[in-house]
Amino acid sequence: MSDWTVARAAEALLAAEDSRADREPLTAEWPGLDVPTAYAVQDETLRRRLGRGERTVGVKLGLTSRAKQQRMNVSAPLTAWLTDAMVLPAGAPVPQDRLIHPRAEPEIVFVMRDRLEGPGVTAATALAAVGAVYGGVEVIDSRYRDFRFTLADVVADNASSGCFVTGPVSVPPAGLDLALEACLLEVDGQIIDSATGAAVQGHPAEALALAANGLGRRGHAIEPGWIVLTGGMTDAVPVPPGAKIAVHFTHVGSIQLAGG
Amino acid sequence: MVIEQSREEIAEILLGAYTSRQPVEPLTEKYAGLTLEDAYKIQLLQVRRWLSAGARIKGHKVGLTSAAMQRQMGVDQPDYGHLLDSMFWLENEPIPASRFLQPRVEPEIAFVLARELRGPGVTVADAIGAVGFVLPALELIDSRIRDWRIKLLDTIADNASSAGVVLGSTPVPLAATDLRLAGCNLHKNGEVAGTGAGGAVLGSPLTALVWLANTLGERGVVLQPGQVILPGSVTAAIPVGAGDTVTATFAGLGSVTARFTGEAGNPEEDK
Repeated sequence: MSDWTVARAAEALLAAEDSRADREPLTAEWPGLDVPTAYAVQDETLRRRLGRGERTVGVKLGLTSRAKQQRMNVSAPLTAWLTDAMVLPAGAPVPQDRLIHPRAEPEIVFVMRDRLEGPGVTAATALAAVGAVYGGVEVIDSRYRDFRFTLADVVADNASSGCFVTGPVSVPPAGLDLALEACLLEVDGQIIDSATGAAVQGHPAEALALAANGLGRRGHAIEPGWIVLTGGMTDAVPVPPGAKIAVHFTHVGSIQLAGG
Repeated sequence: MVIEQSREEIAEILLGAYTSRQPVEPLTEKYAGLTLEDAYKIQLLQVRRWLSAGARIKGHKVGLTSAAMQRQMGVDQPDYGHLLDSMFWLENEPIPASRFLQPRVEPEIAFVLARELRGPGVTVADAIGAVGFVLPALELIDSRIRDWRIKLLDTIADNASSAGVVLGSTPVPLAATDLRLAGCNLHKNGEVAGTGAGGAVLGSPLTALVWLANTLGERGVVLQPGQVILPGSVTAAIPVGAGDTVTATFAGLGSVTARFTGEAGNPEEDK
């Protein structure tokens, strides 16, 4: 018999975030936590964030790579909420005083022109709703010790959201082959990894369609003007204080990020 | 350093693995005193044997060019091997997987030289001037060492794990594309098997060409016009076998496909 509730889980996760204290996975104490309930926890944390004055600015996807999906034994990515408190201005260092163990990953970012409401959204219709494509770096963080969690845990934890920075160039999606849009990931001046948009669910627009359909089934739409972080192109790399990260994209510019 | 006789002996062991199709134990376990110089000499002994049997050198490959590979092998520089005419396969020509021991495929941006490159002292500017055009390519690598249990000197002695090359057919001038930021998608049987960008190769594939020209230059070897240089893989290598089809697609360079069949290869037949 568990005395955990959605409200108590949301409170515990926000407390871990606010106090920068990592914790054991929720499922260690609440083995009955399933994915639909975990989304209810995620929605409750959003409600509390909005209650303290934050604004919803978009959504992010997690587990968009085949390798990560295989590790977590799922076949589809997950979604989470982005608020204005998670926006990192270009040139600002990673806010180490707000994060527990930040990791950075390059992403293709969409800014939506049209409303997208699933289910029934395809990659083609999803891309037609995109207004602009940006490069981005997402700084993920987990409230769980050593990033150890089950699928339900990470859904509840807003898909390890931390903060994110978007790049300097906005490119219209028409004419851009996002499957071959590449990024080089540089740490302390050395290129340590590279990838293309194909690493994100085959194509970032496929990820966007899955997000729209997943949200649609839960009664949410992706609204005009929203930002969509489509998912990590490479594995995430730790960003300790002093680290220098640079990401270079083929068409959407370069982003420099200091570990603070 | 191992004695001259041991170099010959090791070259024989490796040559034997090609014909027997039985991998051998890691050389570095049996010959503890092996040096870098020994390893390249052993590679050269095998190349000389192939040349005397009628093969021709068509270029070189550079290996261990990614940060991940160098970390895995505990090295901070690449290595090289020789490409012989017998290693070149045509697009859509069935490649009998049974010819190889434990084949893997890597997508690469191949340089074809228009002018010679004579190191040492070659700069990126010199290298750019010597490149005639680039081609999308798939490199087939293989190890004559059991289970790929290779250390740096094992792979160097084993011709840098070279096995084959499939070149694409659309030549693109170097000036037409930014090789560093050119995306590459590797598909195996229709599924994404790897992605990357040209800069994964030592920061730029041109760095590998410069390194090769200067390293060979110190040994008195000049890169010749017409030669094909494989600068290193853009993604991690993927294992392949009979029935597999692998395609590499590069932004701005087009694509290249290799098809592996289960037809029994004939060891006596010299392709």
